[in-house]
Amino acid sequence: MSERSMARAEGATVQPQLRGVPAVRMEAVYKHYGDFTALNEVDLKVAKGEKIVVCGPSGSGKSTLIRCINHIEKHDEGLIYVNGVELDHQRKNIDAVRRDTGMVFQSFNLFPHMTVLENCTLAPMTANGMSEAGAKDLAMHFLTKVRIPDQAAKFPGQLSGGQQQRVAIARALCMRPKIMLFDEPTSALDPEMVKEVLETMKKLAEEGMTMLCVTHEMGFAREVADRIVFMNEGKVVEQAAPEEFFKHPRSERARTFLDQIIH
Amino acid sequence: MSHFSPTAAVSYFFNYFLMKGVLVTIGLTVAAVVGGLILGMGIALLRMSSNPVLAGAARFYIWFFRGTPLLIQLVVIYSGLPQLGIKFSVITCALVGLILNEAAYLAEIVRSGFMAVSAGQREAAWALSLSPWITFRRVTLPQAFRLMIPPLGNSINSLLKATSLASVISVEELMRRSDMLMQEHFQILEVYAAATAYYLILTSVWDAVQRRLEKHFGRSSAAKTRRVAASAPVAQASVEARA
Ligand SMILES: Nc1ncnc2c1ncn2[C@@H]1O[C@H](COP(=O)(O)OP(=O)(O)O)[C@@H](O)[C@H]1O
Ligand SMILES: [Mg+2]
Repeated sequence: MSERSMARAEGATVQPQLRGVPAVRMEAVYKHYGDFTALNEVDLKVAKGEKIVVCGPSGSGKSTLIRCINHIEKHDEGLIYVNGVELDHQRKNIDAVRRDTGMVFQSFNLFPHMTVLENCTLAPMTANGMSEAGAKDLAMHFLTKVRIPDQAAKFPGQLSGGQQQRVAIARALCMRPKIMLFDEPTSALDPEMVKEVLETMKKLAEEGMTMLCVTHEMGFAREVADRIVFMNEGKVVEQAAPEEFFKHPRSERARTFLDQIIH
Repeated sequence: MSHFSPTAAVSYFFNYFLMKGVLVTIGLTVAAVVGGLILGMGIALLRMSSNPVLAGAARFYIWFFRGTPLLIQLVVIYSGLPQLGIKFSVITCALVGLILNEAAYLAEIVRSGFMAVSAGQREAAWALSLSPWITFRRVTLPQAFRLMIPPLGNSINSLLKATSLASVISVEELMRRSDMLMQEHFQILEVYAAATAYYLILTSVWDAVQRRLEKHFGRSSAAKTRRVAASAPVAQASVEARA
C-alpha cells in the first residue's frame, strides 16, 4: 500500500536523536503509596525518536513509571524532565508536559457519551482553541490513519475493542504529541484484535514518534523497540537492546520473567 | 348513605378549589427539586472534599435529614422555631423543610453518580490536557448525570407525594384542600378518589418525562449497559421511605 510505504519513507529520515535535550529524563525518582514503594530510585533517559518497551512482572511499577511521565501520578522524590520541562508540581509545567505527551490506556478510556469524532475533536477544540471544522478535519485525518474513518459517527460502545483502541490512539494523536505513552494497550483485547493495534503502533514508530510502551508483546518489542527496560519491585533492573535482552538477560529475575512469558 | 357517587367524584375532580391545590402541589415539588438539587450538589461537593471537617459536616447533614421523618422536620420548622423567635410564613416553612430534606437525598444521588464515573475517564481527560472545568463539564458531569437520572426520578416521585405532608402545617396543597372539601361535604371516598386521580396523573406524567430523559441521555449502547450496572447501588439511596 502506498500510504504505508510513504510512512516508512518518512520514518526512515527520522533517526533517534542521541544528542540534545532528551525526550524524557528521570533521575532518582521515587513514588510511594503509603508504606509501599512503587518506584524505587528510577533513572531513565529516553532520546527523541527512541522507542522503549517497558516490561516486568505484574506490580513491578510499569504503569506507575509511565503515569508519572505525564503527571497522572505525582512522583514523591527525584527529577523528571519531559522535553526539557521540569515536572515540578507547577500547573503550567504539568500542562506543558501533557501537551507534549499522548497516552493510551489498557482500558481505552474513550468517552462513552460522545461519538468517535467528538472524542477526537474535544481536546483540540477546548484545549487548543481550534475551530470545529479544523478539528474535524484533523480528527478525520488521524481516524483515516488508524483506518477507521467510517466509524466516526458511532459511539465507542458500538465498536470492537481493537477499533476502540485505535480510536484512542487517534484521539491522542489529534493533540499532536511528541511522545506517546502506551500502558498495556493490547492487554484488554481479544487475541484476534491485538494485531490491528500493534500494526497501528508500528506505523507510528516508523514515522519517528518517541514511544514508551508497557507491553508483554515480545514480538512487537523485538521488531520495534530500540531498548527494553525491565522492571522489578519498583526498580529498573535491566536495560538493553532487544536481541541482547532476549538472548542474554543479565539478571536472574529477567530470566525467570522471560521463561514465563515466552514458551 | 352507603354508596359511592361517581358523578360527585367527577365533580370534585373538576372542582376549581381542588385544582388550585394541585397547582400548589406542583409548585412545591418543582421548588423543592430545584432548591434541593442546588443545595444537594453543594453538600455532595463537601461530602467528596478531602477536608475531613467539611466532609464530616456534610455527612452529618445527610445522616440527620435522612434519619428523621419529614413530618417532624416540618412541624419543628413551623411550630418549634417560633419558640426561638424564628418565624416564617407557612409556605416558606414548607419550602424550607422540603428543600432541606430533599437536598439530603439528592446529595447522596449526586455523589454516587460522580463516584460511578471511572477514574480512567478523568485520567484520559488530563492526558489530553483538558482543563479541570472542561473535564467536569464535558466528561464527568454528563456521565454522572446519566447515572443519576433513574434514582433522581424515583426521588422526585416520592417527593411529589411527600408534599402532602405539608398539609399538616396547613399549606393548602392538594391533600389539605381535599381535607377541607371532605369536612364540608362528608363525601370522603368521592373527594379522595379525585385527589388520588390527581396524584396518579402527576406521578405518571413524571414517569413519562423520566423515561424520555433516560432515552435522551442514554444514546450510546455502551453507556446503557454501564448505566444498568451502575445504577443498582445508586438507586438504593432513594428508595427508602421518607415520611
Ligand atoms: N493508587 C494506588 N494505591 C496503592 N497502591 C498502588 C496504587 N497504584 C499502584 N499501586 C501499587 O503499586 C505497585 C505497582 O503498580 P503498577 O505500577 O500498576 O504495576 P504494573 O503496572 O507493573 O503492574 C503495585 O503493587 C500496586 O499494587
Ligand atoms: Mg500496569
